[in-house]
Amino acid sequence: MPSKVAGLAGVLAAVALVALAGTVQLVRERRYPGPPVVSEERLTLASGPLLKRLAVGYDMLAADLYWIRTIQYYGSTKLQLSGQGSTGLSAASGQAKGTPYALLAPLLDLTTTLDPHFNIAYRFGAIFLAEPVPAGAGRPDLAIALLEKGLKARADKWEYMQDIGFVHYWWRQDTKTAAEWFDRASRMPGAPWWLRSLAANTLAQGGDRRSSRLMWESIRESAEIDWLRRDAERRLLQLQALDDIDALQRIVDELNKRGFAVGETWDAVVERRVLRAVPVDPGGTPYELRPDGRVRLSPKSSLFPLPSEPQSLGPPS
Amino acid sequence: MNATALIAWNVFRESVRDKVLYNLVLFAVLLMGASYLIGQLTAGQDVKIIKDLGLAATSVFGLFIAVFIGIGLVSKEVERRSIYSLLSKPIERHQLLLGKYAGLALTLAVNLSVMAVALYAVLAYMVWTTDPQTAQAWDAPGLDPALLNAIGLTFVELAVVTAMALFFSTFSTPMLSAAMTFALFVAGRFSADLRNFHEIVESPVAAIMARALYWVLPNLSQFDVRAQVVHGIPVPVGSCVLTAVYGALYVAALLVVATLIFSRRDFK
Repeated sequence: MPSKVAGLAGVLAAVALVALAGTVQLVRERRYPGPPVVSEERLTLASGPLLKRLAVGYDMLAADLYWIRTIQYYGSTKLQLSGQGSTGLSAASGQAKGTPYALLAPLLDLTTTLDPHFNIAYRFGAIFLAEPVPAGAGRPDLAIALLEKGLKARADKWEYMQDIGFVHYWWRQDTKTAAEWFDRASRMPGAPWWLRSLAANTLAQGGDRRSSRLMWESIRESAEIDWLRRDAERRLLQLQALDDIDALQRIVDELNKRGFAVGETWDAVVERRVLRAVPVDPGGTPYELRPDGRVRLSPKSSLFPLPSEPQSLGPPS
Repeated sequence: MNATALIAWNVFRESVRDKVLYNLVLFAVLLMGASYLIGQLTAGQDVKIIKDLGLAATSVFGLFIAVFIGIGLVSKEVERRSIYSLLSKPIERHQLLLGKYAGLALTLAVNLSVMAVALYAVLAYMVWTTDPQTAQAWDAPGLDPALLNAIGLTFVELAVVTAMALFFSTFSTPMLSAAMTFALFVAGRFSADLRNFHEIVESPVAAIMARALYWVLPNLSQFDVRAQVVHGIPVPVGSCVLTAVYGALYVAALLVVATLIFSRRDFK
């Protein structure tokens, strides 16, 4: 019994000493603040092959660690950029030598060099890279390079080809090259049937909103992770909002043409019973009616900003 | 044969007494903690990462056991001077060495088996908590039996490392044995590079030496099929069998040389 008491006393003493040490550290940090935290905007090791050597066969685990770091880097930079507006952008740009997400491509390159079959690093990474600032690095060229690297490791991955086509279509507005990639993807074993019609449609019509919808629906269906699925769902809602805006614009234009002064609010439109209520976007925020008579998505909307579409993209025929 | 089995059993019991199997608790805690944390950090790659982590931890934990217990198998008996009483009994030196080796191999086999069960348990939980649509997108099933391939070959690799540690411990100090075993382990992981050495050196002598080293050093990289298994890439059965046979032959070679050295060693 005395030994038990002594043991308990020892444990309590140890806990008290650790707490005391923590308190002393807190006091010291307050009185003598240390140097600023070193920026994360640099890589200690930038060579994938060297890292592969240093991993001594545990490349997969090293790839996982770099993947986690990539996610954290992307998340924190995105938060910094979107949370602080333009100030955040310039701050982050300053950190990253003038380019937001400067480490994104090198981190993804390291991850995929350590594990060349890291499927999600290619697909997710390409989205991070292609999306314009502040949601991504705004580098569709790097996104395509990453996916092409993935194709070197897995030449039959139709998903990577579809993604390359998608980047050409959506972020480079190059529908011809996009169609070529969709066609190439459709010829791969296991590729879904609709890729062939997507390729033909993209080539024939140079892209339209229906094709975009089909693409995002396909991404939603083939998404391995919730984030991708949610992003695709958001894009689909944005396309819905674009359709809504076109329809509403036609109504407003028609009323203006008939000589009814619509004004800056929806009240006049609702009063004439053309609409039952103030129109809201798929996210639930009312659309804006500008003084110049243009219908726009509200900047307060969860879907704001709407994507810029390929030039030939327009409302469904 | 009976003496060898008895020595092996005693080595296993001693490792249990020395709390070597406590590493299993650490392994389980690591996996369970990681399965919770990783879900928050990895954007849906939790099952892949748990597999990577589980298989890598199996290998690393096993490596430390193989090296640090392996180097002490003989030297501890010499340090304690219990080697004299052992050798005065009707036990041949090769029996002593084989028994020691088999005992540690048994400890590693038990360790790896329990780790495999723990890994499958954590994966089963993750599969259970994942919606089927997400699970369909995985490269390989969550409870993929192919994981056993990777664990099996890890065991063969550790058997080779144990033999290396035992071999060095028959003529060297524990510290030096550990250093040499680790060095040989690292060299073994990269030995495949020696094969293509002639492409980067001009000297034909260096190229021949590198090629000779390639055949002499253990090629440990072939025991690593973790990447294939985690990504659902089939590993041919024939390749696994040949790799296991290669490992067994290398172990036999090391034990033969270790026995020769140990038989000639003078303990006076």
